[in-house]
Amino acid sequence: MKTELTINGTQHKLELDPRTTLLDALRHHLGLTGSKKGCDHGQCGACTVMVNGRRINSCLTLACMHDGDEITTIEGIGQPDNLSPLQQAFISQDGFQCGYCTPGQICSATAMLEEIAEGWPSHATEDINDRPSLTVDEIAERMSGNLCRCAAYPNIVEAIRKTAEESA
Amino acid sequence: MTEVFKMDAPATDRRLDDMVQGLVGAPLDRPEGPLKVTGQATYANEWQVENMAHGVMVRAPGPSGRVVLSNRDDVAAMPGVLAVIQDERLLRNPAQGKANEAPVQGPHHAAYMGQLIAVVVAETFEQARHAAQSVKVTLENAEVVAVTSDTAAVEPQESKTLDQGDLETAMREAAHTVDATYTTPSHSSTPMEPHASIATWEGEDLILRGSYQMLKYNRNELADSLGIHPDRVRMLAPYVGGGFGSKLGIAPEAVAAAIAAREVGRPVSVALHRQQVYEATMRRSDTRQRIRLAADAEGRLIGLGHDALVSNLPGETFAEPVLQASHFLYAGANRKMSMDLARVHRLCCGSVRAPGEAVGVTVFESAMDELAQQIGMDPVELRRRNIPDKDPESGKPFSSRRFEDALDSGAKIFGWADRPGVKERREGEWLIGYGMASAARVNVLMESQARVTLTPQGTARVETDMTDIGTGTYAILGQIAGDMLGLPRDAVEVVLGDTSLPPAAGSGGSWGASSSGTSVYLACQAIRQQLAERLEVSENDLTLKDGRATFDNQTRGLADILQNDEIVKLGHVEAGETSEAVRQATFGAYFAEVAVHAATGETRVRRMHGTFAAGRILNAKTARSQCLGGMTFGIGMALTEELAFDPRDGHVANHNLAEYHIPVNADVPQLTVELLEERDDWANPMQAKGIGELGICGAGAAILNAIYNATGVRVRDYPATLDKVIAGM
Repeated sequence: MKTELTINGTQHKLELDPRTTLLDALRHHLGLTGSKKGCDHGQCGACTVMVNGRRINSCLTLACMHDGDEITTIEGIGQPDNLSPLQQAFISQDGFQCGYCTPGQICSATAMLEEIAEGWPSHATEDINDRPSLTVDEIAERMSGNLCRCAAYPNIVEAIRKTAEESA
Repeated sequence: MTEVFKMDAPATDRRLDDMVQGLVGAPLDRPEGPLKVTGQATYANEWQVENMAHGVMVRAPGPSGRVVLSNRDDVAAMPGVLAVIQDERLLRNPAQGKANEAPVQGPHHAAYMGQLIAVVVAETFEQARHAAQSVKVTLENAEVVAVTSDTAAVEPQESKTLDQGDLETAMREAAHTVDATYTTPSHSSTPMEPHASIATWEGEDLILRGSYQMLKYNRNELADSLGIHPDRVRMLAPYVGGGFGSKLGIAPEAVAAAIAAREVGRPVSVALHRQQVYEATMRRSDTRQRIRLAADAEGRLIGLGHDALVSNLPGETFAEPVLQASHFLYAGANRKMSMDLARVHRLCCGSVRAPGEAVGVTVFESAMDELAQQIGMDPVELRRRNIPDKDPESGKPFSSRRFEDALDSGAKIFGWADRPGVKERREGEWLIGYGMASAARVNVLMESQARVTLTPQGTARVETDMTDIGTGTYAILGQIAGDMLGLPRDAVEVVLGDTSLPPAAGSGGSWGASSSGTSVYLACQAIRQQLAERLEVSENDLTLKDGRATFDNQTRGLADILQNDEIVKLGHVEAGETSEAVRQATFGAYFAEVAVHAATGETRVRRMHGTFAAGRILNAKTARSQCLGGMTFGIGMALTEELAFDPRDGHVANHNLAEYHIPVNADVPQLTVELLEERDDWANPMQAKGIGELGICGAGAAILNAIYNATGVRVRDYPATLDKVIAGM
């Protein structure tokens, strides 16, 4: 099936098996292995990418459903010699150990900070009429779709909190 | 020929304390961090290999019977399918850690439901997946087999039996006794990266890119499984997406990939899907543990008993070593221990983070809380009172042991003095409780080798087949070499995860950092010696810093000293007499505050603190992260984690991340960790001990003890899910 995807600003014309997930299109067909396959069932968040600015599990959607969409993967967020502030904070705070969930965490957190800036409430929001603030509870709640078995959670929260504080 | 250093005497010279580069111990960032946060670190199934085909494995639909692929020809004819393989060499289950040889092989007979019995290879992943799912597997002449310990044949483990003094009499005469039976369910390691391998044959030589923890053993296991010489096999695993024991031994997907690549004449990738990780890698055994405690009126133990029932597949020798720390953690003259192994047809039991202590100390520490409650004594004081002078069974002295300091310091940091009485504190609908537990884990030194090269440009390269599974190996080996050779951290390159490099201890049993670290230390020590000889000074008088050597009131740069030579040395360590002469272990204490909902029984961990003593800390940042990880495993063990088996056929009912509940971010508060300053001269020349598993060894008990403090409910069947808590309220 012919599918056109704009990934990290570059247009790709692909001819894919219609069963190909967006994640497998990235990993198997475009060599973009930064997005990870942890469960292939939308249960772990390791494959999180942004589609038209919103975070989604790329394993739970077929590539052919995204004809014309703008996709941002971890490769579009920063490179080893040009890290985003969040990527740098993950390093400084030791927000990872094995590193396998990390690209998903960072994609997720990047989009999550936008969601907070736009005022979206969460389960942890005290008053949904107020703008949500970046408390530990808010961050932990909003990042709970991204599992980390090494359990860098406290450091992930710290990395996100510090990044947001510094950019504010 | 490099001499092997055997750890035969305590290393009291503490040479690392003399180094001035200031790297060892410092909380430095992981050097591979930029690759990991940008998705550029290459994990097993991410190598770009030309002309690669995809393999997907097929599972047995029951726990017994002869495996027949009844529509094999139809599947072979599906679009893109290259082969349907059911080779005799496929593995029944992964090898145990350090097995060094093939595990049980043969895909024609099912031993447990979910066993991987065939691999389907196709041009694309989608085609392979569809074809593998289309295979109809029938099990002929299936027998009724035991899938639960209750109905299984039980083998007493005579070598694990201990009978010292007279526990029965002690129990009769003691002022206070506890006789409680606890159960813990099976656990899954659940690394975030599913097991995966890419096999490429170059003539008779196999390159296997995999996700493994202990490459020198894995290479031999893979070669033995395939029936080829280990020299023909090279394994690569520079990045491993978590292991926690599940990647210790060669596993079915590696052997399947190698056989398939041979058969189709192309490189083949085989990745397990998440359900297969749950069904066919390793589980931690379920346990039933009876704890007996006999104490005098002052809370001094006069006797203790620990009897355990664990399980495993028929033929497997691994028996979850739950008694391991009970032998030395507490005093008590009368001691009785035993272990039984039930033979069940469920997936294989093997090492899951801290085999033994993870569930053994946790249960023992729950029982200690029962004793403290019965006596009416502060649980911290009860532990303090029962710290033995020497190993209570062998009579050997302990090496370094800041156990009491950990109890005291942890209690202070946490604010233990403010703990409420049972069911005393309530905030709205939430009942608040505090709990604590001790931490203990044996310490081991393993044979390990590393090569270090010092260049005239003032850089060094560390090379070993050691792995970094998230533990921080890249960081700490560079820090050790940098300190010993007087080089900035960035001037040291660390190359890991390749069996063409000197064989290391591997990542397992918390011995990786101290064992492979010692090999690097030794290689650097030999380089220092050679530098000293060139300069005609004593090595002790040589100060190395920032690529310059200072001695006899003069300073010279490395380029000047080395001219155009490199110095290359191999470090090689083996355990020696210090492993036998003393009892070596790591210790600590956990403190937790929970809130239990009065109406639902839901438990939330509000605060949790751990203080640990594990010898010299090599990197304060990565060591702390290891403790965070261990404590979080403890939260999972306490509240949610349980592999649920169908009692009819041993089917893993919750074989996915939505139903096997590991802690998520919102389940884990901002944990705090304190690492005590310590040197263990008996452990190795760096005075460092293992820390990768200490954080889980008792952590869950602190939470269940806190639930008791909050609610008065004593859950003896881990995990403390809402139904069990509310039933007692």
